[in-house]
Amino acid sequence: MLELEFLIIFMILGAIIAIETKDMLSSVVAVGISGLGLSLAFLFLKAPDLAITQLVVEILCLIILIRATLRRDLPFSTSGRWYFNTTVTFVFLGAFLFLSYFILKELPSFGQPLMRVSEFYLNQGKNLTKATNLVTSIILNFRAYDTLGEATVLFTAVIGVLAVVRKIGRK
Amino acid sequence: MRVYFLCFILFVVGLYAILRKRNLIKIIIGTIICEYAVNLFLILIAYRKDGRAPIYSPGQEVKNMVDPLPQALVLTSIVIGLAVTALLVGLAIRIYEKYKTFDITKINQLKG
Repeated sequence: MLELEFLIIFMILGAIIAIETKDMLSSVVAVGISGLGLSLAFLFLKAPDLAITQLVVEILCLIILIRATLRRDLPFSTSGRWYFNTTVTFVFLGAFLFLSYFILKELPSFGQPLMRVSEFYLNQGKNLTKATNLVTSIILNFRAYDTLGEATVLFTAVIGVLAVVRKIGRK
Repeated sequence: MRVYFLCFILFVVGLYAILRKRNLIKIIIGTIICEYAVNLFLILIAYRKDGRAPIYSPGQEVKNMVDPLPQALVLTSIVIGLAVTALLVGLAIRIYEKYKTFDITKINQLKG
């Protein structure tokens, strides 16, 4: 999967550009590199439903973020304990990556997943639910309560947005 | 293994933005990047070598499909991520209207 590694490196570069650019609008557009790259990566990983959803969500995300952007980033300042804080941040992020190297060795290697639960879905899904798309059959049949809970979270977030953004009722 | 590690690097880039940026919009961008990395990691775990998409079609054997369970759970996670991003941006816009800045070091009056 060499093309997948190139794609993830591309996404990392887009993320770094998004974080370090001075112009806020360019920064928001550069997040789109990461998001659309993720959509392509889902396509490589044989998840077409996710690729479509990610494409739509990425574009909506861009629209929402552009609503909030101003023209310029804040000026670069090294006031306070800037060097100390940055050094500590890099040390801890480096330690995180270093330790994750040992943890990732314990995972099943790439391309050979543990499929104890999914074997049942793969073998019985079509007979039990009559759905040819197994992702749909899991969302709406086997794991319908999970989906209900996630829909609750979604609508709670939407109510939060409406409560924060609306103008009526404010002094 | 190398792919997992690259995915972790993407996560760390987002974490750096959350920890060290002063602009609220940059912090929101960092959370978005972290979310992308976590979704990608879950789907990477589900991949099976030379697998097919988990959709039945005539003349396809069942043995080599990728794992459909993480895909189903990540599908809703992506949509929830959008709603959470909208909530964060709404809060950021309110903060801008009150303080006239996105600088988190200037936002220090906790009293309403």
